[in-house]
Amino acid sequence: MAEMNEKRKRAKNPGKIFTRLLKYIFSGFKVQCILVIILILISALANVNGTMFMKSLIDDYITPILNGVSDDFSALLGAVMRTAAIYACGVAASYTYNRIVVGITQGTIKNLRQEMFKHMESLPIKYFDTHAHGDIMSIYTNDTDTLRQLISQSMPQIINGSMTIISVVCCMFFLSVPLACVNLIMACIMVFTARKVAGISGKYFVKQQRKLGEVNGYIEELIEGQKVVKVFCHEQESIKDFSKINEELFDAASNANRFANILMPILANIGNLSYVFIAIFGSVLAIGGFGGFTVGGLASFLQLNRSFNMPVSNMSQQINSIVMALAGAERIFELLDEEPEPGEGDVSLVRAKFKPGGEIEETPIRTGVWAWKYKHKSTGVVEYKLLQGEMVLDKVDFGYNPDKIVLHDIEVYAKPGEKVAFVGATGAGKTTITNLINRFYDIQDGKIRYDGINVNKIKKSELRRSLGMVLQDTSLFTGTVMENIRYGKLDATDSEVIAASKLAGAHDFVKRLPEGYDTMLTGNGANLSQGQRQLLSIARAAVANPPALILDEATSSIDTRTEKIVQGGMDSLMKGRTVFVIAHRLSTIKNSDVIMVMDQGRIIERGNHEKLIKEKGVYWQLYTGRLEQS
Amino acid sequence: MLKTLMAEIKEYKKYTLLAPALVALEVFMEILIPFLMSKIVDMGVSAGNLKMVVIIGSVMIAAAVLSLIGGAMSGHFAAIASTGFAKNLRKAMFNNIQHYSFSNLDKYSTSGLITRLTTDVTNVQNSYQMIIRICVRAPLMLVCAFIMTIIIKPTISLIYLAAIIFLACVLYFIMTRAHVYFKQMFKRYDDLNASTQENISGIRTVKAYVREEYETKKFNIAAENVYNMSVKAENLIVANMPVMQFAVYTCILLVSWVGAKMIVSDTLTTGQLMSLFTYTMNILTSLMMISMVFTMVAMSKASGERIAEVINERTDLAAPLDSVKEVKDGSIEFKDVSFAYKKGGNNCLTNINISIKSGETIGIIGGTGSSKSTLVQLIPRLYDATEGEVSVGGLNVKNYELDALRSKVAMVLQKNVLFSGTVKDNLRWGNKDATDEEIKRACEYAQADEFVSAMPDGYDTWIEQGGSNVSGGQKQRLCIARALLMKPKILILDDSTSAVDTKTDAMIRKAFREQIPDTTKLIIAQRITSVQDADRILVLEGGEVNGFGTHEELLRTNGIYREVYESQLKGEDDE
Repeated sequence: MAEMNEKRKRAKNPGKIFTRLLKYIFSGFKVQCILVIILILISALANVNGTMFMKSLIDDYITPILNGVSDDFSALLGAVMRTAAIYACGVAASYTYNRIVVGITQGTIKNLRQEMFKHMESLPIKYFDTHAHGDIMSIYTNDTDTLRQLISQSMPQIINGSMTIISVVCCMFFLSVPLACVNLIMACIMVFTARKVAGISGKYFVKQQRKLGEVNGYIEELIEGQKVVKVFCHEQESIKDFSKINEELFDAASNANRFANILMPILANIGNLSYVFIAIFGSVLAIGGFGGFTVGGLASFLQLNRSFNMPVSNMSQQINSIVMALAGAERIFELLDEEPEPGEGDVSLVRAKFKPGGEIEETPIRTGVWAWKYKHKSTGVVEYKLLQGEMVLDKVDFGYNPDKIVLHDIEVYAKPGEKVAFVGATGAGKTTITNLINRFYDIQDGKIRYDGINVNKIKKSELRRSLGMVLQDTSLFTGTVMENIRYGKLDATDSEVIAASKLAGAHDFVKRLPEGYDTMLTGNGANLSQGQRQLLSIARAAVANPPALILDEATSSIDTRTEKIVQGGMDSLMKGRTVFVIAHRLSTIKNSDVIMVMDQGRIIERGNHEKLIKEKGVYWQLYTGRLEQS
Repeated sequence: MLKTLMAEIKEYKKYTLLAPALVALEVFMEILIPFLMSKIVDMGVSAGNLKMVVIIGSVMIAAAVLSLIGGAMSGHFAAIASTGFAKNLRKAMFNNIQHYSFSNLDKYSTSGLITRLTTDVTNVQNSYQMIIRICVRAPLMLVCAFIMTIIIKPTISLIYLAAIIFLACVLYFIMTRAHVYFKQMFKRYDDLNASTQENISGIRTVKAYVREEYETKKFNIAAENVYNMSVKAENLIVANMPVMQFAVYTCILLVSWVGAKMIVSDTLTTGQLMSLFTYTMNILTSLMMISMVFTMVAMSKASGERIAEVINERTDLAAPLDSVKEVKDGSIEFKDVSFAYKKGGNNCLTNINISIKSGETIGIIGGTGSSKSTLVQLIPRLYDATEGEVSVGGLNVKNYELDALRSKVAMVLQKNVLFSGTVKDNLRWGNKDATDEEIKRACEYAQADEFVSAMPDGYDTWIEQGGSNVSGGQKQRLCIARALLMKPKILILDDSTSAVDTKTDAMIRKAFREQIPDTTKLIIAQRITSVQDADRILVLEGGEVNGFGTHEELLRTNGIYREVYESQLKGEDDE
């Protein structure tokens, strides 16, 4: 939130954003929008009509009776009843439009949220890697919130305010042209002052947000590292540093708040002044009887003046929140405009079985056999190819940024059922290779073939479905343990889930949880240890039962003893599948068919354990922990 | 809670009192204006007296100007008072957190503390500002305007009284009903955000399992839930405005009707009737304002409570009065030590009895959850032993001054942190006055000099928050160098070389052996190579000592050690 506030700039093109927003709202709620405008108009007119009633009350009813022209109260009663009826319409209209606005606001926000989420899910991994997660989150929270306020409060207020102002001004000119002019001059002063003060306060607010960001950043960093602070006895220094930026924030905040605070009383009191001037000039006009101006007219005019000042000061206070909301809306639209991950490719994955002749055919039954299905565009002929799990990386180059290649000339041949391991220092590019296999990222140069098919031709979702993945940073979702394991295969039965959990070695500790498999996990499994989380994510992959597997430091946080226990399950999990393993702990990958030693984006050694040990190269050094003889 | 918070107003008391006082001035003047207006009409216009108009008119202008000054100044003081209050709250919390012990810290989550220091403070700041301005203004306005109506015409004021009671009842009813819905709505909103957060951080898992549609469906249901609750709550709230209009309109019509009769019977003047209309608005909008402020203040109550909790938390590490400032040597002794994180909870460490000589190198291994980290954290008194005694340099750790003890016991934590600043800044945490040579030497021992020197700005390279621009292994090495700069008598490495390759790891240990032979070294590791050349190795299992001896001894006598050794190193024997 802090960083977001800091970046809360004005929208680049507020006009365009605003029209797009209006279009968005309008397209979802056409009838409602029109209805709201009509109802607001009715409500505003009822209000103005009531104000005008005061003139006739005094001039047409009270004064005649006073002057003895008539002593008939029934006419007055009629007028009061008429006004009451109009008021009633106003109240009804106001209630109705307010309710409709709730529907429009909440509906629009809901639609936006759902659309944003759906779109976000379709974005490539690159989006998530290049945007701070806090920033993405804040689009859902802060930006959506300010937008909700814009739709539910600012917009109706502006519509209502401008309609009230227009009708009030008409009435004013009808009552007295000179007084109306006085009123307008005061209104101009009001708007001018509002803009001036809002401008100054806006400047300070930007500064305040920047300081707030600094303070938040400092707090975040220090609280994260609080234990380090203690170990190094750094408490006094941090108190001193914090005091300094806290003081700076206070400076900026008090200035920003000061100008925001004085805006309302200044506007209200300019309104009071305008009321006073009208009272004085009106009295003079009434005494002189210029242009037939009466006391009743003055009463109405004074009331109109109040009705006029209120929306003007309300609307001037909306300026800042509108600017903020538009900046938020811009970020929302930016998210919606992000290019989704192309899912192109017309090769799909289907369940298959063997026909008596050895040919493959599609089947809805779970056979454990999978095939790639390819339909030739020109001829319409459907072709099947058995999924075996052969993976070939052919002269692959890759860079997250096209002009900075991080993987060079990668050649990997994984035969069906082979276990391929990648070892090397942090940053050598091991994880990057796995990101390419399941196409989280697309390669710059070279080819990746899966069972001889270029992965670019395979539908992304189908490709990934065929590749199980266990990552170092496990992600568990809010839900029970059972649901979390079932994530791998949504229609898995309870016994399937438990079998997978046993295979992964998770069953023992799950059983000991307070409610076993029904224990709720929250906050990414905050109540579990990192090792336990990894066991669950292995179980998840096991239940998915994919033809090929990628294990990226999947057992890094599981201690060596437990790992040994899990090893049996892991071995049976890997059996018959093509597996890519990344592990820091070399004992985990010793039994791999091929070990690729990576360094700075290149494969520098390859071969099985025995061969690499014999070569006495980098792998041997890593494995034995021996110093180079120098 | 209130007492704790109010104690932090401190130097801003003056402003806190000035703000409402000036608001009162503003209110009085505002109330005066319609009253004067009625006089203008009655004594000026109706009597055709232009002089009277000018005189009363100038008084009115003066009143309006005073009101403006009062309003603006109160805003000014309220801003200083509330932001100053917020500043003091942040300071009080932050300072107190610095005095927390590890067990105090464990009570709060990191994000929880951050929220308290940021969002919660902002909430309290805003409602404090509301309280000293609006909470004074609105009730005062209500009372004053009502008194004015009584002065003008007691019978008519009864209409207002009825309206006030009616509106107050309806608003109360709406607000309490809506509050229930809002609470549920916020709960669902939290769920929605949690689900979004999970998806953002777990996007790789979502995509790897092709669960985009599944997640979208889940999210849609959550969004639908929030929608339903919000609409329910808001539909109640929207009645506020029309009800208020209804009350205003009814008052105006009743006052018109009754007022007209009174004017005719000559018990009310036209001017008075006009001022009554204005007071209608004053009274009823104030009421509206009060109900709004109440909900806002009620919402910030929870924030206030959370802040007070942090300020009131007392550190549970008490230092003795005659504390010792000098740590004699690096010997360590655990005597019948047991430890539990929570009082009455399960013991993490049970009956530990070990004695370590100054200058020894001790390796510690054990499975996940065998409480290796817990054991070493008792040495610099990051936690206090629940039972038994931990001694350093022959003296119970509780007898040392905390800073003195910790500056001689350097610890490289498992979850270690670098702070934004240059490499040098970070290293100087270990010793503020370290010279460049000392820094370089420490880095050489920790095998960090090579990569630091290769960085574009060497030791002046900027480290991003959390050390995100150095690799895991580099970070660990910098953290070791930082600890070395303390020139400690005891150095504890809690799995601090896990991301460092075996070769570099060995070089670090070699440097320890050769360069700081007098320092007691405790090394926790997963890798057997990291501990096998230690003087003695401690094997922990389930919070108890399972074995303690040299590599060879343990290989012979300790089953767990042998098992770990074989699983990790069998390959080496193949050669």
